[in-house]
Amino acid sequence: MKITLNGEVHDIAEQSTLEHLLAANGFADKRVAVEINRQIIPRSVYREREIKAGDRIEIVHAIGGG
Amino acid sequence: MTQIADDTLVIAGRHYRSRLLTGTGKFKDLEETRRATEAAEAEIVTVAIRRTNIGQDPAQPNLLDVLPPDRYTILPNTAGCYTADDAVRTLQLARELLDGHKLVKLEVLGDPRTLFPDVVQTLDAAERLVADGFEVMVYTSDDPLLARRLEQIGCVAIMPLAAPIGSGLGIQNRYNLLEIVENAKVPVLVDAGVGTASDAAIAMELGCDGVLMNTAIAGARDPVLMAHAMKLAIQAGRAAFRAGRIPRKRYASASSPIDGTIG
Repeated sequence: MKITLNGEVHDIAEQSTLEHLLAANGFADKRVAVEINRQIIPRSVYREREIKAGDRIEIVHAIGGG
Repeated sequence: MTQIADDTLVIAGRHYRSRLLTGTGKFKDLEETRRATEAAEAEIVTVAIRRTNIGQDPAQPNLLDVLPPDRYTILPNTAGCYTADDAVRTLQLARELLDGHKLVKLEVLGDPRTLFPDVVQTLDAAERLVADGFEVMVYTSDDPLLARRLEQIGCVAIMPLAAPIGSGLGIQNRYNLLEIVENAKVPVLVDAGVGTASDAAIAMELGCDGVLMNTAIAGARDPVLMAHAMKLAIQAGRAAFRAGRIPRKRYASASSPIDGTIG
């Protein structure tokens, strides 16, 4: 199924959870924050949160800035 | 006599020894960021919130590995936001990223040429963030009335510009800054425009509570040495402010006694 991840379309397996998606992209134990369809997803629910086709997902982190 | 050591910066109830806040952008690499931040003896450092790079090597070091949140107060900013909506959204993500952290730096920019703050959007965002429980340190123009309004909204620190972001032009309007400092009951920190150590000292001599800078350090030929210079300038300017400078006079006033001269 297709999702939009950080502004780009990605094809991912059906029945993926947010935890799967983060692990597949190397963010399993990284300090990130996630928004799905403009709603912030608390870390505590990554495991059960299912990804649906067409979801718009943002994964952000802290970088250098003034 | 004023106690030299007994002088902390208090923001939202927390005490800081350092009055130099630093940005973490524009450095050559994370090692330079770390060394400059240590040389500055900064305790509060700003970070930007951005999309992760999907597909990038996840093992590469992260900014928060070299500036760990248990050692530094991480101040997420809204740099690059041009609307109140984007700024609020960015800081809500930052709060989740930093485990409920409430202290943030709000800046809503007006246009890319000047990077001047859009004060209408800034007021809107500040009201929404304060209502949502954030402790807002706010970047603003050097307008005393606007500074007062932002304080009334409940911002925990007012951060007027000294000159445009990254310009290095120094303190352009010291009388406006003085007016803001004299009226404010929350800390006033110069944010943006500092070019070199004397600029930072002037801000502190005016009575500002601190200075936040990034480009002046990161863009210097030797950023670590400049961070050191800025630390000293902030300390010197603060001490001079507390000591109380002599009034300016048009004519000389001899330092040595007149009595007892020979001849």
